[in-house]
Amino acid sequence: MTIDYHAILPVLILSGTIVIVLVTDLFLSPRHRSASMWVAFAGVLATLVAVLSLIGKGDRPGSFGGSYQVDAFTIVFQTFFMSAAAVVLLISYRYFREGGFYQGEYYFLLLTSFLGCLLMPASRDLLMLFLSLELVSAPGFLMAAFRKSDVKGNEGGLKFFLIGVLSTAVMLYGMSLIYGLTGHLQLAAVSAGLQQLSGAKETLANAAILFVVVGFAFKISAVPFQFWAPDTYEGSPVPVAAFLGVASSAAGFAGLLQLMFVAFVHEYAFWVPMFVALSLVTMTLGNLVALQQRQVVRLLAYSGIAQTGYILLPFALVSADPSINHSAFQAAVTYILIYGIMNLGAFAVTTAISSRHPLLQIQDFAGLAKRAPLLAMAMTVFMVSLAGVPPTGGFWAKLLIFQAGIQRGGVGVLLAVAMVINSVISVGYYFLIPRAMIFEDAEDQTPFRSPILVTAVVAVAMVALLVIFIVPNAIYRLGEVTSLGSGG
Amino acid sequence: MTWQNSAITITTLLPIVGALGVLLVPRGDDRLVKGIGIAITGVCLALAIAIAATYDYSATCATPPCLQFVLNVQWIPVIGARYHVGIDGISMPLYILTFLLGFLCAVYTGRYVPEPGRIKAFVALTLLLITGMAGTFVAFDLILFFVFWELVLVPMYFLIGVWGSANRQYASIKFFLYTLLGSVFMLLGFLALYFSGPVDALGKHTFDLTALTAFGAGGGYTHLFQLVVFGAIALGFAVKVPMWPFHTWLPDAHTEAPTIGSVLLAGVMLKMGTYGFVRIALPVLPQGAVAYAPWIGGLAAIAIVYAALACLAQKDLKRLIAFSSVGHMGFVMLGIATLTTIGIQAAIFGMVAHGVITGMLFFCVGSIYDRYHTRQIADIGGGMAEIMPKLSGIFAFVAIASLGLPGLAGFWGEVMALLGAFSPNTSTVAGLNVGLFRAFMIAGGIGTILTAGYFLWMLQRVNMGLAPERWRDHGLRDILTVEWVSWVPLLVLILVLGLIPSIVLNSTEQGVNLIVKIFGG
Repeated sequence: MTIDYHAILPVLILSGTIVIVLVTDLFLSPRHRSASMWVAFAGVLATLVAVLSLIGKGDRPGSFGGSYQVDAFTIVFQTFFMSAAAVVLLISYRYFREGGFYQGEYYFLLLTSFLGCLLMPASRDLLMLFLSLELVSAPGFLMAAFRKSDVKGNEGGLKFFLIGVLSTAVMLYGMSLIYGLTGHLQLAAVSAGLQQLSGAKETLANAAILFVVVGFAFKISAVPFQFWAPDTYEGSPVPVAAFLGVASSAAGFAGLLQLMFVAFVHEYAFWVPMFVALSLVTMTLGNLVALQQRQVVRLLAYSGIAQTGYILLPFALVSADPSINHSAFQAAVTYILIYGIMNLGAFAVTTAISSRHPLLQIQDFAGLAKRAPLLAMAMTVFMVSLAGVPPTGGFWAKLLIFQAGIQRGGVGVLLAVAMVINSVISVGYYFLIPRAMIFEDAEDQTPFRSPILVTAVVAVAMVALLVIFIVPNAIYRLGEVTSLGSGG
Repeated sequence: MTWQNSAITITTLLPIVGALGVLLVPRGDDRLVKGIGIAITGVCLALAIAIAATYDYSATCATPPCLQFVLNVQWIPVIGARYHVGIDGISMPLYILTFLLGFLCAVYTGRYVPEPGRIKAFVALTLLLITGMAGTFVAFDLILFFVFWELVLVPMYFLIGVWGSANRQYASIKFFLYTLLGSVFMLLGFLALYFSGPVDALGKHTFDLTALTAFGAGGGYTHLFQLVVFGAIALGFAVKVPMWPFHTWLPDAHTEAPTIGSVLLAGVMLKMGTYGFVRIALPVLPQGAVAYAPWIGGLAAIAIVYAALACLAQKDLKRLIAFSSVGHMGFVMLGIATLTTIGIQAAIFGMVAHGVITGMLFFCVGSIYDRYHTRQIADIGGGMAEIMPKLSGIFAFVAIASLGLPGLAGFWGEVMALLGAFSPNTSTVAGLNVGLFRAFMIAGGIGTILTAGYFLWMLQRVNMGLAPERWRDHGLRDILTVEWVSWVPLLVLILVLGLIPSIVLNSTEQGVNLIVKIFGG
């Protein structure tokens, strides 16, 4: 077995960084523990460079018998995850330094989770997918409970752990059935193997697909497997909530995309109705419950559930027509990328606010337009973008899904109609925050100084969304090249 | 880059550049901010007039739209959207109107900055709004059209929500939700047009309005498809117009908005809806238009009468003007529903006239509020002619223009719409029911009488009589210089459009004829 070291270089660098972060923490005096962040940050940047160095070198199926592959899909998602890692690290710096946390351990856990994210898009067999997903989740259980003295933190962490383990078990059971039925682990081989099944074996295979989907549905917090998310997000440190809301769920989608558009694509007749229901219920319930929220992290959690519903929509469009599958796949990938930017931005602003207002009620944002104009302007852009209204990048993300829905026709049109109605509903809560920031006056009129690193991240995300609005070509192109799924 | 292919782009996008420039001005330099606003909108207006001056009015085409100043380049290949802008005789008056009102609003802002100040944001949002509105009239790719269309939402939301009066928060979110709900269905309709539309040699679909119009006018879409998609698209336009019963956002938005917000809302934004009917819904989906025409005409007739009755009941001056807009837009929609040349000509003339007149009325009401600090007719208590003879004279002149006095701008749109309803398009293609439309005409006629009634009653209560004691020694100042500057162009236009309506009608005639030809007229 030959190993393509260039292809796995990003994984090697990040693994090395993880070890270095853990060890350096031992030798740092308590006052300088926050330096771990810069070590981690440097490692993430080096990983990012390694990922980018793979661009234009062609597909690299070579490593580990095809279990780890590098293609456009891998590179796009790995770049996305490492950028997200850099952002989460930067917004964590002040929060963890001033919050009295174990910093070295946190950065170690965070990077380990991101290692899972890094592996996920390159994983092309069931076992690797499973390992990557667990690598994302397991440190997440600990990080979610990092506010040790907080009851909500403990509750959230425990819920996340129990449900995470349960869903893993269900998923693993499904995967074992598929292996038993087809004798293969690699996704392409599984796809071919499943096609040859008939009768009772086919029924069993469908049950196995159901188990795997349920497992992933927990990870991406799709209704009815969503109830852990708001509690866990609220209990977590805000940067961890950002990680869970963006990277962890995107990793889930990166895995799910490969399973549904490659391994299980021929069984679409069985699972598409399931995704129709999942998508509809998830977006509608997420939006309706979000309308009731007055705590910002919970609001973002329910908004995330609604957005999960939107991203599930393209899955429900899969059919025998490769061109529609291609559009659907592209829509999902593009949506995940743009959603990542706006959601990270929103969490970054929330992190900044949390230092002064730890309860994070919407009321705490009142008058921010006067106290911190840049933060307020950026948060407005993020909220408008999450609602999918021009002039922001979120509009193009939604448009691509609508377009795929109309192209599909039939149920696709119904889903698109449901999504536009949901988009309008979502304005009802997304605009609560800009309304508080701009229309209302704060009791505390003193200028609000946000940490420089957070401000920088927020400004970059805001500019990115505005630029994407004017020239969406670049990000659309990323969606287009990841043609992994076009028909399977 | 030549004048022909760059003029529209420069003129339309210049306000965005201005908005960015305004944001860079250091804090506290209000004069510079106002100056940038006036300069940018002034240059835009000059450019728009230059476009009109260099436009070739004698050029002819076989199918609508007959465009000049075209720039058609690739924009977003992945979704098949192009950057396609141009202008024809129908867009021309609306395009100029946008920049004229934008410029006058910027001048007005030089003196009147509504509470709570924040002049930078105010000017920047106004400039963004102007780009969105102007772009809608020159975009000939459906995605580009939609982007401009939606671009007005966010600025207007903040203009109402931050600088509005007491009930602003409710009004702003209501405005936003209503228009967004309409326009997302319109977007789905556009996507349906795309996927069921023409395919080029490479198998690519298109959002290009020229291609879709040729395809749709030639009967490319099935009848059932037209019924469904016309409904979806018309919903988006109807909310914007607003047609009865989708109008309920309008009185709130108008009443709460700051003066220039109301001026731009009434003067330009409502026209985006009626323009959409003329430009997209009718020519691309002619069978749908024929099927819906009686319903549109019926809703328009209801709107005319309903709005007039509602006006009679209003106690708030600004709310009264807002409801009068619903009625005037009813005449515009009635004209469109007849599917005749005279009806659609009436509609476009009505849009321009309403933009000038009602924009001016909102300026007047804004200035009245600035003096009295109340908009309640009862609190003003009459006698304005005594205290401020010039302001009350102008107010009377514009109100009378609005009720449709012959010789002023308001007259032609209404009378031509009624004439159109008297003999709607009964060709083999359209085949509208004459009796039904004559009933609409009678309703419209009753509406004009009621309109005259409520405007004259309003003038009687505001202008006439003896001024109450409390206002006499209040030092209420008559018209200021800045008001003269921003109002005179509109006052002149009201008179000129009334005396020489052909300056608009000649420009729009060819474009309208091409559209009506689709309906066999």
